[in-house]
Amino acid sequence: MRDQLAKIRAEALAAFQGAETSGGLEALRVKYLGKKGELTGLLKQMGRLSPEERPQMGQLANEVRAALERALEESSKKLEAAALELRLRAEAVDVTIPGRPVSMGHQHPMNIALEELKDIFIGMGFTVMDGPEVELAELNFDRLNAEEGHPSRDWSDTFYFDEDSRVMLRSQTSPMQVRAMDTMPLPIRIVAPGRVYRKDEVDATHSPMFHQVEGMVIDKGVTMADLKGTLSAVAEKLFGQGTVTRFRPHHFPFTEPSCEMDVQCHKCGGAGCPTCKGEGWIELLGAGMVHPRVLEMSGIDPEVYSGWAFGMGLERTALRRFKIDDMRLIFENDVRFLEQF
Amino acid sequence: MNLSRKWLNEFVQIDADDKTFAEAMTLSGSKVETTEDLGESIRNVVVGRIEKMERHPDSDHMWVCQLDVGREEPVQIVTGAWNIHEGDLVPVALHKALLPGGKKIEKGKLRGVLSNGMLCSLGELGLDERDFPYAVIEAAALLNDYHPIDPAKPSIPADIQPGDKIFGPVVAAKVLECMPLDNGSYHTCMEVKDATVCPDICCDNVHVGDMVAYNTKTDAVCTLADLHAEQREFPHCINDGIFVLHEDCKPGDDIRPVVGLDDHVVEFEITPNRPDCLSVIGLAREASATFNVPLSLHEPAVRGGGPGVLPELLDVETPDPDLCSRYTARMVRNVKIAPSPKWMRERLRAMGVRPINNIVDITNYVMLEYGQPMHAFDYRYVQGGRIVVRRAKAGEELTTLDGNVRKLTPNMLVIADDTRAVGLAGIMGGENSEIVDDTADVVFESANFDGPTIRRAALALGMRTEASAKFEKGLDPMSTLPAVNRACELVELLGAGEVVDGVIDVLNCVPQPRTVTMDPARVNALLGTDIQAADMYQYLERVEIHTENRDFPNGPAPVLIPSWRGDVARLADLAEEVARFYGYNNIPSTLQRGETTQGGYTPAQQAERRLGALCRACGYSEIITYSFISPTAYDRIGWAPEEPLRQSLKILNPLGEDTSIMRTTTLPSMLETLARNYNYRSRSVKLYEIGRIYLPGGEEGLAKEPRLLTLGAYGEDMDFFAMKGVVEAIIRDLRIENASFTACGSDPSYHPGRAAGVYAGERRLGVVGQIHPKIAENYGVDCPLYCAELSFEALLESQGPGASYRPLPRFPAVNRDIAVVCREEVTVGALTACIRRSGGKLLQSVDLFDIYRGQGVAEGSKSAAFSLTLRAEDRSITAAEADQELKTILEALERELGAVLR
Repeated sequence: MRDQLAKIRAEALAAFQGAETSGGLEALRVKYLGKKGELTGLLKQMGRLSPEERPQMGQLANEVRAALERALEESSKKLEAAALELRLRAEAVDVTIPGRPVSMGHQHPMNIALEELKDIFIGMGFTVMDGPEVELAELNFDRLNAEEGHPSRDWSDTFYFDEDSRVMLRSQTSPMQVRAMDTMPLPIRIVAPGRVYRKDEVDATHSPMFHQVEGMVIDKGVTMADLKGTLSAVAEKLFGQGTVTRFRPHHFPFTEPSCEMDVQCHKCGGAGCPTCKGEGWIELLGAGMVHPRVLEMSGIDPEVYSGWAFGMGLERTALRRFKIDDMRLIFENDVRFLEQF
Repeated sequence: MNLSRKWLNEFVQIDADDKTFAEAMTLSGSKVETTEDLGESIRNVVVGRIEKMERHPDSDHMWVCQLDVGREEPVQIVTGAWNIHEGDLVPVALHKALLPGGKKIEKGKLRGVLSNGMLCSLGELGLDERDFPYAVIEAAALLNDYHPIDPAKPSIPADIQPGDKIFGPVVAAKVLECMPLDNGSYHTCMEVKDATVCPDICCDNVHVGDMVAYNTKTDAVCTLADLHAEQREFPHCINDGIFVLHEDCKPGDDIRPVVGLDDHVVEFEITPNRPDCLSVIGLAREASATFNVPLSLHEPAVRGGGPGVLPELLDVETPDPDLCSRYTARMVRNVKIAPSPKWMRERLRAMGVRPINNIVDITNYVMLEYGQPMHAFDYRYVQGGRIVVRRAKAGEELTTLDGNVRKLTPNMLVIADDTRAVGLAGIMGGENSEIVDDTADVVFESANFDGPTIRRAALALGMRTEASAKFEKGLDPMSTLPAVNRACELVELLGAGEVVDGVIDVLNCVPQPRTVTMDPARVNALLGTDIQAADMYQYLERVEIHTENRDFPNGPAPVLIPSWRGDVARLADLAEEVARFYGYNNIPSTLQRGETTQGGYTPAQQAERRLGALCRACGYSEIITYSFISPTAYDRIGWAPEEPLRQSLKILNPLGEDTSIMRTTTLPSMLETLARNYNYRSRSVKLYEIGRIYLPGGEEGLAKEPRLLTLGAYGEDMDFFAMKGVVEAIIRDLRIENASFTACGSDPSYHPGRAAGVYAGERRLGVVGQIHPKIAENYGVDCPLYCAELSFEALLESQGPGASYRPLPRFPAVNRDIAVVCREEVTVGALTACIRRSGGKLLQSVDLFDIYRGQGVAEGSKSAAFSLTLRAEDRSITAAEADQELKTILEALERELGAVLR
């Protein structure tokens, strides 16, 4: 009997080891350990043994059973692992196949540039102000010190709605300065972006409708140094730390002293290249100290208050920022263009 | 404004190179656009003298020349030009020379003969005949160059002999001798049969041995025109060739200074407040102040002594003194019209002005130098010897110098004589008094006209000229006198005529010295600087603004403003002058001081940003479209003629009809954009715009400018419900309560069965739907287009309260699905509403999940399946409760809508 046990053990262990499928393994389990299996069959013969042999054989048989069960489980685990591996291999995908597209809309590049700018000014304590595009010539011109005879008032330059040239499409966002002074308590710190209109034929650098951002600060003791400091900080935020700016004298009817701010060409660092048309500098905006007469016309005493203002064209900023070479693209709204932003 | 640096240096010596000069001027306020070295594109071109000319041994039209170019050995050059002669001085582009246009010259062989460079024409040096009027070339018809059009039937026999008749008085003549004369003509001797004739001729292409056509009657050689010949018959007898120099120069000289190409030209952008800088002297003042070097202006001196007494010759009247603050005039007699000298032509050309003749050039020269427009007119056409500066009469006409007939109105100012207008004041002279070749007596006008009057007239006539552009900015009345004197001085310098003594000077304004009080402390306060008072006064003195004693006090003081600085009127203007020369870039940079303000977006601006972000998240891209549209746009979107929204603000001076009215709807802009993308073959397009419309009837005659959110899309994945889904997403995002959609068959732009009005309670938010196929067709699109137009303001006003937390359910829900059959016309909306209404507190949600038509459902009916969720907050509900609830709902559905459980 001892021999028989040893034989079953050896046979079964070898068979378990050799099983290739879980089905095969189950059949082997039945064959050796099942109710009618070999081991069970052998144990049924225990009755024939002498009482001395019985406990010995019993123990031995239990050992064999335990060993077989362990081996069975081991083999079963091995087979399971192999099966899983097989399945995973079958499930492998080509990871280079593109993902399922998620349809996302795109913000217009002009508004990307505008939002960036608005956020910068809001961070500096400015309020964003909206105003009418159909505007009084009085606010667009007279109140800004551009009186009768100023060339920009010509019908060849500005769109009008009446023969008296009273109502017009604003040619600049600057009337928002007047509206701010007329409606807001001092001190004032506003930016006012929006559409403006000039009688320019459409070409690569012109459009009869475009966008500007106006800004104004009025308070006691505001200086040109403040203008420089603030606008230089804006340029740094727009174009990166260390951006070099310069200020040039210029002329606007509603500021005095007036200036234009250039940023050093990021491409050539000021040496001159095609991007900056060889000048080394790129014109960014016009600014100046609010003209005392403009303050007076709004009932603000220039002896007590002073202020600065600026205006910048957004299209040119967006065009430069995204290297767009034709302004017509801005208003054409071709999705192949829009989807690039 | 172009500036010749040579001319500038006459008044202020500045040695800085162009880049340094440009930068310094730009930073002091005179913005430089470009700088140009006129001779930059010319290298290694020198003056050469033709020592010897021989015909090319292997060519019928080329010459082999030996030239003295100032070297020991002569240089051999082969040329195809025929206008040169031995002894001529010509521009020689030597081996490795560079010419304008990047043309490089190298030595080479021409038909086997070595040529060490090239002889240059005017054009090859970048010049033309206006720069050198004497360099005009006239070609004779050389019979040895005759190529008959039909070789079988030549008009001139190939074997023609001297003396043979060509036609009428014209015979063939053989050139025996040809000698260039100093005046540009040639002395010749020619054989005509047995006789010899010796005409002086003007043709430049004649050489010894040539056969010419000689007119025995006029004693001249014939040109192609004289022979009525075509160019191709005499291919080498052309009015072009080498530039033969008549300049003070010698072999070996660099050509650039010889022809005036050694100047540098700087182009400035002059702001409208500084008309004084539209002149060489004005820019010299700025340069002097910028570089802090002395300015030396020249006082014109006129000898005078011309015949006659001025007041007897000329009388000036200004009946409209407010339009003509000053009129200054002088007279020049016995004028000899001729080209002006080279130095003057060069300067005019450098400044971009075309030389014409001495008198006209002088007026232009003075205008450039002083910034004072001048006009010269022929005295013989000033009838009655009287000049009247008056308003034009209604209906009066004048032919201006450009040959156009101008219809004038009384708003325009004319220069007239006793009978008629002879010029348009401040804009352009009249043809009837133009300076012509036989003009003998000239009146120089130097006046100051009212800027706005000139501007309006120029605008009305569509003729902005150099002069009018200056006048409209307002000129200094004090400059008329020095300008007219300078013109007369130049007349004498050029020997162009005799200046009559005296000046007519009608002064209608009393020039007052202007003062402004300078206050250094306040200037520092405005600039944020700490500049010493004395330094400020010194900066001002650089631009000739100074105190009465020309001192530099340590506090406030009145300063005198020069007459040409009309732009300086108050302290802020003085602050700018100080800042300009202190340097804008030396002003410190400080951050804002004072009271802090709280910046930020208003709720409306926040909503706008949020809506934009949501649209993009839904796959819609942002567009920006024009605010103005075509009046036909309303027809295109199908609006009825009586549609009140057709009332639009109309631009009176639009760029074109297509952009002539302010839109009262954004739909045409969206449809146009969709159509454009459709035409570009983009297959799936989803767009949105947050833009304004412009409705008449705002305050003070302005517009009401409400904003709209417009969505537009087409493509495979689009249908009514895809678009509606976005609108619902917006409604959810804004937490709008009581939103509803109602079929809206009446909007003419939309499909009558696929459009819905969108409401929040009673408030209409807008419309969503498929565009009417006819309307899509109007835009050339043959696939369904879907749009939504939502009022931004209405959306904003309907916004629900902000989010607040509701506890998550603690007890399980019971789900029950029901399918009910009802008539087709019963809407899902009505079914849902009925379920909600009849459902008790336990009913949490109703969701449509299927609509079925077909087998098992009667014709004209449909089956709608809903999934209902029932839940109590405080306990698990029982099946019996759910069944009871369902029963109530089903009863209501049947009672109210005739919908029965399927």
